[in-house]
Amino acid sequence: MTAAAGRSAGGGRRGLAGVVDRHGRWLIILPPLLFLLVFFLIPFGYALKISFAEAALRIPPFSDVASVSADHKLHLTLSLANYRYLLTDEVYAVSYLYSIKTAFFSTLLCLLIGYPMAYAMARASKATQGILMLVIILPFWTSFLLRVYALEGIIRDQGLLNTLLLWLGVIHQPLKIMHTTFAVYLGIVYSYLPFMVLPLYATLEKLDRTLLEAASDLGSRPWQAFLDVTLPLSMPGVIAGSMLVFIPAIGEYVIPALLGGPDNLMIGRVLWDEFFGNHDWPVAAAVAIAFLLLLAGPIAVHQHYRVRQLEP
Amino acid sequence: MERRRSPLLITVLCLGIAFLYLPMVVLVAYSFNASALASVWGGFSTQWYGELLHNRQILSAAGLSLEVAALASTGALLLGTLAAVALVRFPRFRGRLLLTGMVNAPLVMPEIITGITQLLLFVSMLQLLGWPSRGMTTIVLAHVAFCTAYVTVTVQSRLATADRSLEEAAMDLGATPLQAFVDVTLPIIAPALLSSWLLSFTLSLDDLVISSFVSGPRSSTLPMVIYSKVKLGVSPDINALASLIILLVGACVLAAGYWLRRAERVRELEAAVAAG
Repeated sequence: MTAAAGRSAGGGRRGLAGVVDRHGRWLIILPPLLFLLVFFLIPFGYALKISFAEAALRIPPFSDVASVSADHKLHLTLSLANYRYLLTDEVYAVSYLYSIKTAFFSTLLCLLIGYPMAYAMARASKATQGILMLVIILPFWTSFLLRVYALEGIIRDQGLLNTLLLWLGVIHQPLKIMHTTFAVYLGIVYSYLPFMVLPLYATLEKLDRTLLEAASDLGSRPWQAFLDVTLPLSMPGVIAGSMLVFIPAIGEYVIPALLGGPDNLMIGRVLWDEFFGNHDWPVAAAVAIAFLLLLAGPIAVHQHYRVRQLEP
Repeated sequence: MERRRSPLLITVLCLGIAFLYLPMVVLVAYSFNASALASVWGGFSTQWYGELLHNRQILSAAGLSLEVAALASTGALLLGTLAAVALVRFPRFRGRLLLTGMVNAPLVMPEIITGITQLLLFVSMLQLLGWPSRGMTTIVLAHVAFCTAYVTVTVQSRLATADRSLEEAAMDLGATPLQAFVDVTLPIIAPALLSSWLLSFTLSLDDLVISSFVSGPRSSTLPMVIYSKVKLGVSPDINALASLIILLVGACVLAAGYWLRRAERVRELEAAVAAG
């Protein structure tokens, strides 16, 4: 792709790139570049700035970081108090670690359920594969919030599951599932399972079948062949799917807030409460910046594999 | 892969799919329940759907959400297509790395961080420039930002595989570059444009977290109203509303999917005829 575009831009003066010419093409580049700069990137700069401010009783509720005095000198008042506060008040460290733990185990659950699903899909006939793809993708299009709500209808104290189990006589007291850690795991797996299945299916479907035949010819049992051939070759899908579940799960707000109990303090919930409950914007900005720095690792892994996948 | 049926695998697949769909099916079924108690079946009724029509709060929120989604997805389609063209057709320009980063980052950024940072920007902008006051404008701007990322990625991959020689042939026949792009390449990437517009529309319609941060006091979108009701527990009118949204979106996506597949087949057929 890059080579072909380069040839026509540099040499033949053909195509959009060549003829719109060096300055004309800024008409194409600048609108999205400027928009995203102003409304996506610069906000992070603002958050960084405000994280050094102090909470104040005014509108907006924080002190000025930079001010210009009467003699036209710029004064910077940087306060590290918010970051110090993050380190001293243990709720932040606890909720961050708790988010990582929750995201990790729900990713693992998604992998354990999603891998056999993707494997079965890849083994189906071509026509069935198309239908199965649609069936897996469709929930992704329907509202995330409403799907979490729909799940609540199943696991509530008077929900379908409890009604059914009581009616069958399996239990005599309704199971307490709502507002527990289990409900949070269930919610994340339910919401993000398609994100795990699709990349896994994409790698398993492309897998060279002759390799498995070769393994079997050389005396490998099917299970052994799976561990030696299929699993290692599907690792890109495993990593891509895991990142697609892990990264959003870590910052999840709706699921712990609706399905979780008071102990399920994930970082997204803490941030939300800091903002809407305590109205402490500078601390919220500092939490957001610290959270972003801690997410940089998983995001870098994700981007690395995404770029590798895009290359043929 | 070997086409050997394994009953265990098929069972897991079926259970997984049932797990994905059962809650939604139950939700739709219960929306026709005459009884307001979720655990009791009181007979078939469409009364909750009727009540929706009289709920002013829900109607105005739905109106706002649809308006925001239409504006945001159209804005994102324009900006995202431009960004995709820039990234695919111009291999070198100042700011390319920046643009690449900015169209990929929103895809992995937790919404809660995007929401907070955008709110802080809007507040500071309002203070300095007197614009934009928090409400529909800020929600649309915030939605355009994250939807642009999805549009760019979708259109980019389609555009990268589009055959440039057709466009060059058009220009050899006297078309201007813009004409060649609009007449030749645009129809080829049209399915990607439609699906990315639809994706943006549904993402915008569904967004709760970012909207909650950037909206103003009197502008509640539909997910915000639903969320505030759902937090208090299950309510029959939300069941009806949720069923309506799930069925509508499902029908639209299936129809679009069918149309896209047909468009794809027609193109393949045309290519085969042209080659033969």
